[in-house]
Amino acid sequence: MNETIGLTLIVTGVLFDIIGCIGLVRLPDVYNRIQASTKCVVLGTTLILIGSLVWLASLAAMIKGLICILFILITSATAAHALARAAHRSGVELCDQSVVDHYADDMPADDAKNRYEKQA
Amino acid sequence: MTYIELLVPALIAGLLLCCALCLYRISNGPTAADRMVAIDILGTVVVGFVAIVMALTGKAYLLDVALVWALVSFVATLALAKYLVGKRLNE
Repeated sequence: MNETIGLTLIVTGVLFDIIGCIGLVRLPDVYNRIQASTKCVVLGTTLILIGSLVWLASLAAMIKGLICILFILITSATAAHALARAAHRSGVELCDQSVVDHYADDMPADDAKNRYEKQA
Repeated sequence: MTYIELLVPALIAGLLLCCALCLYRISNGPTAADRMVAIDILGTVVVGFVAIVMALTGKAYLLDVALVWALVSFVATLALAKYLVGKRLNE
C-alpha cells in the first residue's frame, strides 16, 4: 500500500519535472523560462520527495525529508526572483510577444540610464 | 511486485531526460541568464533524483546529500545573480 501511494506520487512528480524542463527548452524568453520551469520543477521535486518518504516510511527520513521540502519551497522561489531581477537589471531583452514591462517603468532613473547604455 | 520493476527504469529515464533538456539549455542558451536558470533547475532536478535513489536503496542518509545539494545550488544561484547584476558580493 505504501509502495503504491509512493509510486503514484513519484510518477506525478517526474511528469511535472519533464513538463517543466520542456518549458525550459521551448519557451522564447528568459522570464518565461524562469516562470514555467521553476513552478513545475519545484512542484515535481516536492512530489518526488513526498512519494519517497511515503514509500520508505521511516521517522528519521521523514523529518529530514520535510526539512528538505521546506527548504526547496523557500529557496527556489527566492533564487528565481533574484535571477529574474538580475536578468532584468543587466538588460536582457523581453521577447517580441511581450505586452507590458512594469518593472522598467518603476526603475529609478540612473538604473534606467545604465540599462539604456548597456543596450546601446 | 513486477510493476515496480517495470516502472523504476521509466522514472530514471524521465529524470535523465530532464537533465538532458537542462544541459541543452546550459550549452546553447542565448544569454548568460538562460544558463543560470538552467543550472538552478538542474540542481532542483538532481534533488529529486537523489530522493528516488533513496527510496530505491532504502538508505536515509541520502537525504543529507539532497539537502546539501539544494543548499549549495541556492547559494551558487544567488552568487551568480549578484555577478550578473555587476555588484560586488558583499553588498
